[in-house]
Amino acid sequence: MGITTSPGVSAKKRPWRVTFKKQWQLYLMSFPMLFYLLLFAYVPLLGWVMAFQEFRPRFGLSPIGQVMSNKWVGLENFKTLLDNSTILGQRFLQSVVNTLGQSLLILVLGFFLTIMLSLLLNELRQTGVKRFVQNVLYLPHFLSWVIVAMLASTALSLPGSGGFLNDFLMKVHIIDRPIQFLADPGYFWGIVAGTHLWKNLGWNTIIYMAAMTSIDPNLYEAASIDGANRYQKMWHVTLASIRPTIVLLLIINIGMLLTSGFEIQWLLGQGVNIVRSENIDVFVLRYGIKMGNFSLATAAGILRTVVSIILLTGSNFVARSLKQETLF
Amino acid sequence: MKSKIIRRGKLHAEPLIFHTLNYVFLALLCIAMLYPIVNTIAVSFNDGLDAVRGGIGLWPRAFTLDNYRTVLGMHTILDAFWMSVYRTVVQVVTNIVVTSMLAFALSRREFKPGRPIALIFVLTMYFNAGLIPNFILIQSLGMVNSFAVYWVPTMISAFNLIIMRTYMRTIPEALLESAKLDGASDFRIYLQIVMPLSKPVLATVALFVAVGAWNTWFDAFIYNSGSQRLSVLQYELQRVLASAMMQGQQSSQSSQAAQAGMGLSMVTPQTIRATITVVAAVPILIVYPFLQRYFVHGVQLGGVKE
Repeated sequence: MGITTSPGVSAKKRPWRVTFKKQWQLYLMSFPMLFYLLLFAYVPLLGWVMAFQEFRPRFGLSPIGQVMSNKWVGLENFKTLLDNSTILGQRFLQSVVNTLGQSLLILVLGFFLTIMLSLLLNELRQTGVKRFVQNVLYLPHFLSWVIVAMLASTALSLPGSGGFLNDFLMKVHIIDRPIQFLADPGYFWGIVAGTHLWKNLGWNTIIYMAAMTSIDPNLYEAASIDGANRYQKMWHVTLASIRPTIVLLLIINIGMLLTSGFEIQWLLGQGVNIVRSENIDVFVLRYGIKMGNFSLATAAGILRTVVSIILLTGSNFVARSLKQETLF
Repeated sequence: MKSKIIRRGKLHAEPLIFHTLNYVFLALLCIAMLYPIVNTIAVSFNDGLDAVRGGIGLWPRAFTLDNYRTVLGMHTILDAFWMSVYRTVVQVVTNIVVTSMLAFALSRREFKPGRPIALIFVLTMYFNAGLIPNFILIQSLGMVNSFAVYWVPTMISAFNLIIMRTYMRTIPEALLESAKLDGASDFRIYLQIVMPLSKPVLATVALFVAVGAWNTWFDAFIYNSGSQRLSVLQYELQRVLASAMMQGQQSSQSSQAAQAGMGLSMVTPQTIRATITVVAAVPILIVYPFLQRYFVHGVQLGGVKE
């Protein structure tokens, strides 16, 4: 095009020295960041070899020297993690169960509620009201997880410590005695799902709402002429039109099933409820950083990544064979 | 136009019920989103001993400013507040400079290495080496207990890069071409043409980064917990929460922070917790009107690309 390519000579045929001379400033703007990224995102991948070693920290060694001097143990660490007869193995397997339970709850509830909420917002006709509602619903997304955890711990505490949820439930006579939500493990998955929904339900409607604005109004008109009522139009026009978006987000979410967040579990996980709160992320932090068992924690991280990739490509494959939209 | 007329014409029982139910549902949802926030603000303005009786709703029952006097008198909180501000500013500036430069280079179609570099960045959105290997890297770079850990590893994110590149590609090629004809170098084109035209996307990314920087506590917790000087506000809030969780909900000694303020006036751990929460949230609430607009825009830009 014009200046950069002299006529008759294609860009491919010119020696790279010539292009470099012309574009050295672009190289200068990009290559330092490439090396930066290789250091901070790709070099740590080498640390995965620790999962196949018995890590013993030795003072005064560089990470490379460290790795060279560790003893190789093959798949020993993975076996320990998956061994149901040891306490450590049980604890890890329980953390996998907790991760799956929490994220399935978030996925199932969040998925339906988000789509339903988008549909309802889409039916609001007054733009002023609609914008106001959206502003309110998006707000929690911007608060940090620490604040959300703080609000949740207050809401769920006893009335004397400001627990307004207990207050409310007692006022409408659903319960007669306050519940110690955080001290009872049975509530924890629900607490995780509830806080995630509170924070992100409104925000997650954005992508669906964006997809809905691009629906051709003629489709609604045609449906009306054919005698479709509101609900039929919501089902056959709106939902049908955003199906590709729904399928894409479902694939991505299934790929994330082994990630159920970290903050709520770490911040609100205490003594009694640990059997239901400790998920893989918390396990890695507790056994890795806090207890110094780097090899085991890295192995747990690798297991998670591998399963996530299988889930992602698996759901993508299913979507493709059902002739749906796919991620790749 | 026509569809509107049709819809108006059918305004009888069925739509009325639907709309009423819809409004009721959305109103309840809005209350559920706002109540915890407003309640916390009310408690933060309420007398501590009075709050123990419970039942404070949307408005303080015994108004006082003592909680704020106490919290803003704590050095740990105040220092952490300014450290949060400082790290947020540094992170925004470095992110904007680095991301915009790289995005500019990658947005130029004649720049051949652009595509592979973009791919290498996008791949990082789908994997992560994990906590431990990253920890070891940071440790061996000597960044534990240093300010550098706040901004060096977080200088660029693939998502922001893609948003910026997408936006910069919409700038008409002819503008750049004519600047080149006038003898402008790539640097000058970047500084004097592309940057001024990219203000909306720069604002979006700056806000993304600012909210993330302000809200994070994890890097302070993992890498800088040995240095009180480097503590950030969210981390202090996390500590207050952690000690409250540890001591149980009935204990009166909920946190060191609260203890420091006790005896001074009628404040309790509950009201102090609420006050620190509000202090940590206020900057976000103040800029929320801008955030909302630019964030939605940014997510839509990102969505187009994926």
